[in-house]
Amino acid sequence: MKGDFPILKGITYLDSAATTQKPIHVIDAISHYYKTSNANVHRGLYTLSQKATLAFEDARATVATFINTTPEHIVFTKGTTESLNLLASSLNLQEGDEIVLTEMEHHANLVPWQQTKATLKFIPLKDDYHLDLEAAKELITDKTKIVAVTHISNVLGTINDIETLTQLAHSKGAKIVVDAAQSIAHLTIDIKDIDFLAFSGHKMCGPTGIGILYGKDFSNLKPYQFGGDMIKEVTYETSTFQEAPYKFEAGTPNIAGAIGLAAAITYLETATHPHITEYALEKLQSIEGLKIIGPQINRAPVFSFTLEGIHPHDVAEILSKHNICVRAGHHCAMPLMKKLNIHGTTRASFYIYNTKEDVDTLVEGIKKVQEVFK
Amino acid sequence: MNQETHPSLVNPLILKNQIGEDLSETEEIYKENIIDHYKHPHNKGEIEHTTSHRELNTSCGDELTIYLNINNNIIENISFTGHGCAISQASVSMLTDKLKGMSVEQAQQISQEDILNLLGIPISYVRMKCALLSLKTVQGALC
Ligand SMILES: Cc1ncc(COP(=O)(O)O)c(C=O)c1O
Repeated sequence: MKGDFPILKGITYLDSAATTQKPIHVIDAISHYYKTSNANVHRGLYTLSQKATLAFEDARATVATFINTTPEHIVFTKGTTESLNLLASSLNLQEGDEIVLTEMEHHANLVPWQQTKATLKFIPLKDDYHLDLEAAKELITDKTKIVAVTHISNVLGTINDIETLTQLAHSKGAKIVVDAAQSIAHLTIDIKDIDFLAFSGHKMCGPTGIGILYGKDFSNLKPYQFGGDMIKEVTYETSTFQEAPYKFEAGTPNIAGAIGLAAAITYLETATHPHITEYALEKLQSIEGLKIIGPQINRAPVFSFTLEGIHPHDVAEILSKHNICVRAGHHCAMPLMKKLNIHGTTRASFYIYNTKEDVDTLVEGIKKVQEVFK
Repeated sequence: MNQETHPSLVNPLILKNQIGEDLSETEEIYKENIIDHYKHPHNKGEIEHTTSHRELNTSCGDELTIYLNINNNIIENISFTGHGCAISQASVSMLTDKLKGMSVEQAQQISQEDILNLLGIPISYVRMKCALLSLKTVQGALC
């Protein structure tokens, strides 16, 4: 499988939680689109524009099928962050409303909600790095309008129990919003009862600059940006808007991005997921002085760790010199770092193209880091 | 680092020159004296002070507070608290050594270049913020 990814030569890429590499199929699909079909969508009457429109709408259909829904529920955005911002600004939240988040949210699923008039509450983490669902029962009340949770933590690797949280939310008449930025890469997502779901193309073999907002029912949401493509009728004084998903897609969209994302989905449907989570966890934990910041079970291959006496930046820099790409820092989750009383972690995240050998290379690399600081 | 760019902007020219350094340079970065200063930092801990200043390195989460005891315009004592990587900790450990006994005016003259000379190792663009956090904090305290 590594052979499908031109960039993965001579490096051990372990930062797929930040962004994944792209298979040649995706790169070719984007290039093919620009070579053969580039035109603006929904506008021209000439064949080329129809070709582009068809490819763009086909891409929407591919995404819809991928998460087991239909195209009118799929809005193209530039990524998870924009999808969540769209929700936070369009859901019309009022003073006195409550939003229940978790203590492990990425800034993208926290900061946009802070900008609303609603009050925020947080489902706490337990010592095993899973959510305290008993506490969640108390926190989700009749005042709760939104329960917004990450499906998989980009720091801890924890897989959250979305089904239970959805039930809790619905039992109080609240909507569930799922940040699937990480889970889209590791789990099969069946949208079922979920009200809103956000993810990014670039974390699943697709290009950057394209993302998805799924909505079960968009009818109560106001448009988020205004301009071309999203209108029905415009006079100098006023305008009426299209239905979803188009009312949320103002301006020329990322056409090549949508096509690249569809190509990524087609590619992923044939790809196999290597099972290295347990192997990696065991190997990493056998290193003296290494502490995994995350759960032992119900987890994805996203491993944050600390090394005794060595700052994460130094770990990442030395690993980099051995061509191992890992991330160091707070991973866009500053409140979580504070809560865990750490200043940052080193994070190694694995994806479909990684192998057990990559785990071994990492373990060797970490030992070299420890050697430097001995 | 002669050109000073806006601190929040990445200067693509500098970055370009630094990509793809070879292995030998890493080992050089983590020279023994850097590791020594990191493991056994000089002047660490809060002291009695006349002024102090705190700075954050938001992208790293590093945090540094400098305490200065200034009498008759002389830095009689200086110390720091906080946390950071080997580069930032070595930098502040060395800088506080250097500043002890200096006049405020002398201290204000210290440049980014001086810090890089103190460290005596090649600093990549992304680590520049780590290396210079010490200076930024001292400057904040002295202005
Ligand atoms: C859990 C989680 N949520 C949201 C995001 C934001 O995604 P993007 O930067 O693609 O908008 C990320 C990516 O870093 C993430 O890991």
